[in-house]
Amino acid sequence: MASLVAILDVKGKSLIQRSYKDDVPPSCIERFLPLVLDMEEENVQVTPCFSDDGINYMHIRHNNLYLLALSKRNSNAAEIIFFLHRLCSVLTEYFKELEEESIRDNFVIIYELLDEMMDFGYPQTTESKILQEYITQESHKLELQARPPMAVTNAVSWRSEGIRYRKNEVFLDVVESVNLLVNASGNVIRSEILGAVKMKCYLSGMPELRLGLNDKVMFESTGRAARGKSIEMEDVKFHQCVRLARFENDRTISFIPPDGEFELMSYRLSTPVKPLVWVEASVESHRGSRVEYMVKVRGQFKRRSTANNVEIYVPVPDDADSPKFRAAAGSVVYAPEKSAFVWKIKQLGGGRDYLMRAHFGLPSVRNEELDKRAPISVKFEIPYFTVSGIQVRYLKIVEKSGYQALPWVRYITQNGDDYVLRTISDAKSSSIIAPI
Amino acid sequence: MSLAPPRKGENWELRQQLNSEYRDKRADAIKRVIANHTIGKDCSGLFPDVVKNMQTDDLEQKKLVYLYLMNYAKTQPELVILAVNTFVKDTADPNPLVRALAIRTMAVLRTEKTLDYLASPLSTCLKDENPYVRKTAALCVAKVFDLKPELCIEYGFIETLRDLIGDGNPMVVANAVTALGDIHETSLTLPTSRPASPGGSTPPPSARPSQSLFIIDGPTLTKLLVALGECSEWGRIAILGTLARYKAQDEKESEHICERVMPQFQHNNAAVVLGAVKVIMIHMKNVTREDLIKSLTRKMAPPLVTLISSAPEIQWVALRNINLLLQKRPDILANEMRVFFCKYNDPPYVKVEKLDIMVRLASEKNVDTLLGELREYASEVDVDFVRKAVRAVGQVAIKIEAAAERCVTVLMDLIETRVSYVVQEAVIVIKDIFRKYPHSYEGIIPALCANLDELDEPEAKASLIWIIGEYAEKIENAAELLGTFLDAFKEESYPVQLQTLTAIVKLYLKKPEESQVVVERVLKAATKDCDSADVRDRAFIYWRLLSTDASVAKSVVLSVRPPISLPQTTVAPAILEELIGEISSLASVYHKPAATFIGKGRFGADEMQKRAIDPEEELSREKALQTVVQGQQAENLLDFDADEPSSAPSNRDEDFLAAAAPGGISQAAIASAAKSSNPLDELMDLFSSASMAAPVSAPTGMPQASASASNGLGGLGGMSGGLEDLMSPHSASPVSNVQAPSKPQAQQSHTGGAEEDLLGLL
Repeated sequence: MASLVAILDVKGKSLIQRSYKDDVPPSCIERFLPLVLDMEEENVQVTPCFSDDGINYMHIRHNNLYLLALSKRNSNAAEIIFFLHRLCSVLTEYFKELEEESIRDNFVIIYELLDEMMDFGYPQTTESKILQEYITQESHKLELQARPPMAVTNAVSWRSEGIRYRKNEVFLDVVESVNLLVNASGNVIRSEILGAVKMKCYLSGMPELRLGLNDKVMFESTGRAARGKSIEMEDVKFHQCVRLARFENDRTISFIPPDGEFELMSYRLSTPVKPLVWVEASVESHRGSRVEYMVKVRGQFKRRSTANNVEIYVPVPDDADSPKFRAAAGSVVYAPEKSAFVWKIKQLGGGRDYLMRAHFGLPSVRNEELDKRAPISVKFEIPYFTVSGIQVRYLKIVEKSGYQALPWVRYITQNGDDYVLRTISDAKSSSIIAPI
Repeated sequence: MSLAPPRKGENWELRQQLNSEYRDKRADAIKRVIANHTIGKDCSGLFPDVVKNMQTDDLEQKKLVYLYLMNYAKTQPELVILAVNTFVKDTADPNPLVRALAIRTMAVLRTEKTLDYLASPLSTCLKDENPYVRKTAALCVAKVFDLKPELCIEYGFIETLRDLIGDGNPMVVANAVTALGDIHETSLTLPTSRPASPGGSTPPPSARPSQSLFIIDGPTLTKLLVALGECSEWGRIAILGTLARYKAQDEKESEHICERVMPQFQHNNAAVVLGAVKVIMIHMKNVTREDLIKSLTRKMAPPLVTLISSAPEIQWVALRNINLLLQKRPDILANEMRVFFCKYNDPPYVKVEKLDIMVRLASEKNVDTLLGELREYASEVDVDFVRKAVRAVGQVAIKIEAAAERCVTVLMDLIETRVSYVVQEAVIVIKDIFRKYPHSYEGIIPALCANLDELDEPEAKASLIWIIGEYAEKIENAAELLGTFLDAFKEESYPVQLQTLTAIVKLYLKKPEESQVVVERVLKAATKDCDSADVRDRAFIYWRLLSTDASVAKSVVLSVRPPISLPQTTVAPAILEELIGEISSLASVYHKPAATFIGKGRFGADEMQKRAIDPEEELSREKALQTVVQGQQAENLLDFDADEPSSAPSNRDEDFLAAAAPGGISQAAIASAAKSSNPLDELMDLFSSASMAAPVSAPTGMPQASASASNGLGGLGGMSGGLEDLMSPHSASPVSNVQAPSKPQAQQSHTGGAEEDLLGLL
């Protein structure tokens, strides 16, 4: 429950606000940023929720904005914070970019959305696809007045009736993101696979879909364990269209999909993963004059596969200058805003390895600050491959009109938000690579 | 408008346009009015002109006029009546969107006058054929209840809501449940927070809504469980919230609820997941079937872990809740420590929470990985986080005896880095380790002493001095080391002064022959040159003790302290139980009962009375609550060592609960009871005797906390002054202060939130 929702700029000024209950005076919005600054000053951790003088402030940050909700009750913090994120994504879908400018330019529609998405402090419809059906940029004239789409209140609140396509098609993307953490001695100390099944659905009518995966739990319960590899998903999350009770019962993933693009499910596996793209770096630092890096990358996957758009971020001191690079493959650029250099390799074949060297000048005045011990982070994409071995066995599409629909499936493995290696070692104390 | 407004300026222009004959111009003008409102300009003067534009076919324009009305109705209550007619007409519009919009807006105008006109359209809308209108109307009942509860009772809106729970449309069910939940919550605060409603008389007692507004019975439960699987994510949250309030008839029903709620773990909305966790934690209490409990807790882990990959703010809410869950059921995530490893880019508030949870999950199995990780954190740049990481190493040492040695090694490595704040924090932590494992790691003392000059923070200095004093007999040059602190005694902060004083006295008691000079110096310095009453008083007491009977002095100053340990919980069991029932709410995020932060953050007497619904359970909870409040007040009043408020409510409440009368306890009684934790008892005795200038008669058994609580209370009662008066003698007491630095730091850092700022004080 939220009494008031506001979007503030970076100076704490309210750009737009909507009061849902008048137990919290709007003047409290102005107190938000000073409170945050006070806390920072007093070295108190600024947390997403805090309470002051009987008012609870719940906020999230997006770009340079604060999305803030106020309440006087013991509200459901998870609900409100999640709602603010959802508001953020709805507004982003409406205006491409959610920032001061787009808020000022679209205040009318934001008011409409705030009115529709929350009532009396309780979240209502937050599906942006559905909202776009009846809250649009053009005003409605007499003859064409908007009506609440059936979907708003339907049991199937995510799909409108009467959708028609000439060619019925479904595209399935199985995307697996690998997060891992490698420690200085080269051991993987944490790894997880975050998988997602994304769909692009161009189907007419109200189709019933059933998705079959090589799910170990289901195989075991149906006694088909022998056939092929199966995977054990640790936690599965579904789009609200999937019948949860049915999944709980017999692991069947059955649903009526929303129209267009959406994420059907996400899953997590914490089976140990070998680093697919291995990077290590050795640093030779001469304080007050220069620093040299030698970086080695290796594709640790099947030879048949290729990692595309590999980007390796190697951190350097903030005050490094005059970069010089030499790479056996790809290109290197200095990204001072990230205090790192980026080694980009368009295609990295499985089993291949490459070396690169970098040289930076350092100012002769010693930097007082300590070295930041940021890890190396890596971005990559490996198409036609999933680390977990997940497979789509079938996608059955049944609609009462009985049309034939084509499902297309694609697999891809990529880095997650947190694919990092702490394998930067001091050149003096180790000898990882012989000189080129 | 009696006063003719000026015929120029923006408002005048707008007024012209609002009254223009062209529709486009009027629409534009309304937009400009709203734009002005958005940037904070007062547009209340245009009220009649805007209202004129209410009747329009343009939905967007209508919405804007409604928005204007919502914001300015309160400023022009007499004029709102102009709009009522259109509202009522709109509630019968053929377009359901318009009907819903009208009823929704009308209910939030919040003026007495419009309310009376609202009743009949609301009854119609509640039975509207369109579910969108019904779901909107359902929430309107809660809005009306908030303003004028008797109206809802009069028109039977609440019964209608209850009927709507059986509606065929899940969205309507969800909103009916939401509205009833809101009404339930409002009704709890009614009698105190609502004086006579303005304009009308106080409602007659019969019309006053009672607790029984939203009773969930068997059939309702079934409906709720069905709707749970069908409605939107937000509806599910409302239903889960209601299920959490439901008191199951028997074990079978509890099992049934758990089984039906479990699939919600798979939902991708974090609030739904946490809501489901809440319901299951509550109803699991009635479940006795071992296998079901096992499967429930097993299934709870993966979704909780997944929450850690969400947006940082959601992560934080989840982490705070996980922290609570682990206090209740430490086994849930026993094998999942790795997921709590901090990412380099995690915001600081997330890192701190993760650190805390990692320590909670530490066990002999995973301690090596954990220590490696903590060591990595200790080399990051965020000073605050680094300190907490070092502190965590100490906590691990105290928690797992088998790993203590490895922890000490890590700490010694860290001290070698010579990074000032790392060294200081490590020294503080090592002091705790010495406290827990006395005489185990004396070998590292020389290495510690080598860093003497680098310490500049009072807490670190005090810790090192404490260590030197404690092991004075083993350190050859102890007198010399302590002497260095004496040189600048006057400039040191009070905690350091106190510690120096105590340490030198300890040294003297252990090695009288070589420290005669130092002890005299320190006693003189402390009694003559020091401007802190605490230090002075303590010095006087020591002086007297020493000059009368060395053996008594020894038993006081060198007494054996009780062992420290890492508390399993950071809140009292009763409060933990309450917070578990509030999972995902702000209370569970703050780790404080709701009553401590809503309203004024203080309890009123009637508030307490209202809580006495379920006598036994409520009573114990109530007292625990009071303790927390007292703890908070105590913080404000007394600026002494942080361990008092934190340890008192968490560990001692049982003692004083037993001591206190079961009925209404006066706040003072609780306050004094809360303060009567052991060191204070001792102190009271000591102090009363000291003030009577009869130190000789101090009982020898005193440090062993033999003084009974009632004695302590008696002492307190005798001193009419109250807390403030108590304050200074307390801090001046030798016994409590000797103990102060040796209290576990670990315990303090766990107390979180409001107490955080006290931590630095020692």
